[in-house]
Amino acid sequence: MKKKFVLVLLLIFFSITFIILYSSLHKVEIYIPEKITNKSTIKFSAKDLFSNKEIDFNSLVKNDKLTIINIWASWCQPCRDEHPFLMKLGDDKNINLIGISYKDNIKNSKKFLNDFGNPFSNILIDKNGLISINIGAYGVPETYIINADKKIFKKYIGPLKEKNYLEIMSLSNENN
Amino acid sequence: MKIIKYFLLLLIILNFSLTKAFSNENRILVDKISKNLRCLICQGQSVYDSQSEFALSIKLLINEKLEKGNTEKEIYDFLKNQYGDWIVYDPKFDKKTLLLWGIPLILFIFGGILIFRKVFIY
Repeated sequence: MKKKFVLVLLLIFFSITFIILYSSLHKVEIYIPEKITNKSTIKFSAKDLFSNKEIDFNSLVKNDKLTIINIWASWCQPCRDEHPFLMKLGDDKNINLIGISYKDNIKNSKKFLNDFGNPFSNILIDKNGLISINIGAYGVPETYIINADKKIFKKYIGPLKEKNYLEIMSLSNENN
Repeated sequence: MKIIKYFLLLLIILNFSLTKAFSNENRILVDKISKNLRCLICQGQSVYDSQSEFALSIKLLINEKLEKGNTEKEIYDFLKNQYGDWIVYDPKFDKKTLLLWGIPLILFIFGGILIFRKVFIY
């Protein structure tokens, strides 16, 4: 009787442990502090992925459009997941979508865009991740919405989801 | 024999290129500063310990800033401005962290009073 009881107890214990561990397998828990926007204006220049010319970021920001920066890499799986949303955002005439290719091989970046489509008006190369740190990024993918003063006023860490996409679209409509 | 010679040559060249990346003086400072920074990707580790892309870039950035002549304080301030106080292991003393800094002190004084009463009064 006692043996059976211990066995059942053990079984319950292991099942609960399994459920807890299994359910947290796909949970990403990164603590993000309250401070998510920058006070300072974004200022950097980088090489363009296609023309290889040095481009000043400020020259890409247009006052009549909502400027969005998306940091991505061909080696990043979540970037593939959010790509359909970026394609839709790229189609919007009121959105100026600028890509930053994060620590990526140029060939692979181009192949990625060939395979999945290119929603970006410009893509700047961040070879060693320093530009992304200057913006205040953690890694890939990340999306930033920039106001006319070239300051970040919204930041999405991780892949864009349907609700984020809708939020950005409503911001774009408000802007116009 | 020839192969070994070429191999040794290659090793020497590779070693030189590696040591060139961070100068010796900077390396010590980069290590010191990165030990005081929290890696925001693998949050149990310091930037010094972590090999995540984020931590590697931060180390590069510290080196670059040191080469430009920035002081340690300027580097900490820059990173705090970018990522908030959470990135440093040493939280500053303000309204929000009042309890964090205050509780140990309060407990210490409270414990002292208890001991004092026990020993001297009873």
